[in-house]
Amino acid sequence: MNLLHSLADRDRVFDFLVPATSPVDVRHGPILYLEDVTVSFDGFKAIDELNLTIDDGELRCIIGPNGAGKTTMMDIITGKTRPDRGSVWFGSRHDLLAMNEPQIASLGIGRKFQKPTVFEALTVFENLELAMAADKRILPTLTARLTGEFRDRIDEVLATIGLSELRQRPAGILSHGQKQWLEIGMLLMQRPRLLLVDEPVAGMTEQEMERTAELLTGLAGKGKQSVVVVEHDMGFVRSIARTVTVLHQGSVLAEGSMDQVSGDPRVVEVYLGVDPDEEAA
Amino acid sequence: MHSSTAWLARPFRERATQLFLGILLAALATVTLLNLALPAGHPLHISTYTVTLLGKYLSYALLAVAVDLVWGYLGILSLGHGAFFALGGYAMGMYLMRQIGDRGTYGDPVLPDFMVFLDWDSLPWYWLGFDMAWFAFVMVLLAPGLLALVFGFLAFRSRVTGVYLSIITQALTFALMLAFFRNEMGFGGNNGLTDFKELLGFDLRSDATRLGLFLATGIALALGYVLCRAIVASKLGRVCVATRDAEARTRFLGYRVERFQLFVFVVSAMLAGVAGALYVPQVGIINPGEFSPIFSIEIVLWVALGGRATLYGAVIGAILVNYAKTVFTGVMPDAWLFALGGLFVLVTVLLPKGISGLLAYRLTPRRLQREPADPSSPHREAST
Ligand SMILES: Nc1ncnc2c1ncn2[C@@H]1O[C@H](COP(=O)(O)OP(=O)(O)OP(=O)(O)O)[C@@H](O)[C@H]1O
Ligand SMILES: [Mg+2]
Repeated sequence: MNLLHSLADRDRVFDFLVPATSPVDVRHGPILYLEDVTVSFDGFKAIDELNLTIDDGELRCIIGPNGAGKTTMMDIITGKTRPDRGSVWFGSRHDLLAMNEPQIASLGIGRKFQKPTVFEALTVFENLELAMAADKRILPTLTARLTGEFRDRIDEVLATIGLSELRQRPAGILSHGQKQWLEIGMLLMQRPRLLLVDEPVAGMTEQEMERTAELLTGLAGKGKQSVVVVEHDMGFVRSIARTVTVLHQGSVLAEGSMDQVSGDPRVVEVYLGVDPDEEAA
Repeated sequence: MHSSTAWLARPFRERATQLFLGILLAALATVTLLNLALPAGHPLHISTYTVTLLGKYLSYALLAVAVDLVWGYLGILSLGHGAFFALGGYAMGMYLMRQIGDRGTYGDPVLPDFMVFLDWDSLPWYWLGFDMAWFAFVMVLLAPGLLALVFGFLAFRSRVTGVYLSIITQALTFALMLAFFRNEMGFGGNNGLTDFKELLGFDLRSDATRLGLFLATGIALALGYVLCRAIVASKLGRVCVATRDAEARTRFLGYRVERFQLFVFVVSAMLAGVAGALYVPQVGIINPGEFSPIFSIEIVLWVALGGRATLYGAVIGAILVNYAKTVFTGVMPDAWLFALGGLFVLVTVLLPKGISGLLAYRLTPRRLQREPADPSSPHREAST
């Protein structure tokens, strides 16, 4: 009787009925929540009792010296690395530690890796097509046809990342900066709720950096995406950051506005006693 | 539902595929005409011997297309496709053996000669059913398909790729060769299966049957080519290219890469099996030599010479190299492997994209070789 009752309850969401897109529940709190996460490699604690909370629609910058554990943190969120302890929640419904990489990706967490990897032999358009949120099993992929709706979505993303003109060119001929944008575009195709972006402006020209700053700040917002950016370039962080988290030896050293953080004596100390602005230069 | 088969129709709208099919069909028609319409003494007459030789080349071409599908588009360098070819060939050979009936040397109504010779008193269970054509033809697809499924499942699930995969495919075909050499296996040992008489009631020694087999092989090549083109031009084909170039990235986009690899690998193995099944009645024998590791490497060389990831390059490569082999082994039989090796080195150095790369360069107007495509032109998928 109880079972029948729960089946009839229309508000109840069964796991297998949860759609691949935006099932995240943020009504009761943050979009991402890490608590006491610890991971060690051969006894070395890369992440040490890390706590982190990202609000829905927030743009968060994460900084920290080399080896602070920034990339490892993203590995944990995306399911690539299993932590030894702790919990990681996506919204209030999804325990990320109980899922594998593809499941987490289809849940709406997109990640841009440090080194841009786009499919060089495919065109810009085809790169976005593959990244599209769609049925990714074999037969649906074999018989897939590009509907007007999908085409519109690709056009929209092409406009967002500023590559509309280059849609038919192989991705291999793009400049470094353009590849980074294409990668961000590929993430957007999956209509993510949370974007993890690792060092987006490394190797970019001044101009490309400005465009990237516009792109990222435009992406974050309530009802749109939440964005977490790991970046070494302090000028860039200052230009986009609202809240900055400083990571050091695998845990949070300081958190606050850019000014608060860069005035924090502990932060100044881990950056070898120099101002973070200079350390980056 | 027409939407689920639209992907199969796509190749027929491609200019390159139309051109390929046009040339292939024209060649089949020409050979038929020159074989049938001209008297044997005429300088342009094509003898039945040559027709069968060409039929053999066409079955090799289908095999090469199957290899290009996995190597060119998926990046899996299989050095064991000869095994799938041979299994398809053995399935056909077993059917042909059963068709002999009591016309064998020993006149046993059921047992093939080699089993009588081994003093066996009944057919092994795995020979049952092969007296029926439909069963044998299903096995032509199933035997290589199942082997590819099990092998691929184990390999791709453990993410074995690259050189390691190539090496274990060599080991696979080598192991099968040793097994098929054993008389106790029940496949005729090192003599293999031979002395075939009839296929579907047609006398295998008659000129008409031989021409028919040649044409059937040509049609199978055309269909196999279209199937591969359809796969390659679908979104699944783009997932394959993505896997080939950046496997981890593709996985991260949510594609179960190992399943795509397995699917395409099995399709490719089945095509190789069909090629083997068409090869056997034309050459009149199947023996463990087809499992030899060298043969599998040769197939890859045909594809490399023709040009990888074009499909038509594989066809060109297979036909040219085997034609050269026929000519060369007539003159200097022992030097063929050296000639093949030398040819391969030359082409790699001078024509890194193979013969098809040269063709594509010649056929593309100068302007397009450097300049970007018109960005305002609709995406090439637009008509689907
Ligand atoms: N798979 C691994 N095995 C062993 N050690 C690892 C592994 N991954 C990371 N580490 C170590 O964990 C520490 C944190 O690395 P991580 O890449 O997260 O730092 P980071 O903050 O991203 O640094 P960077 O600014 O250089 O990118 C480093 O000391 C690194 O050597
Ligand atoms: Mg890093």
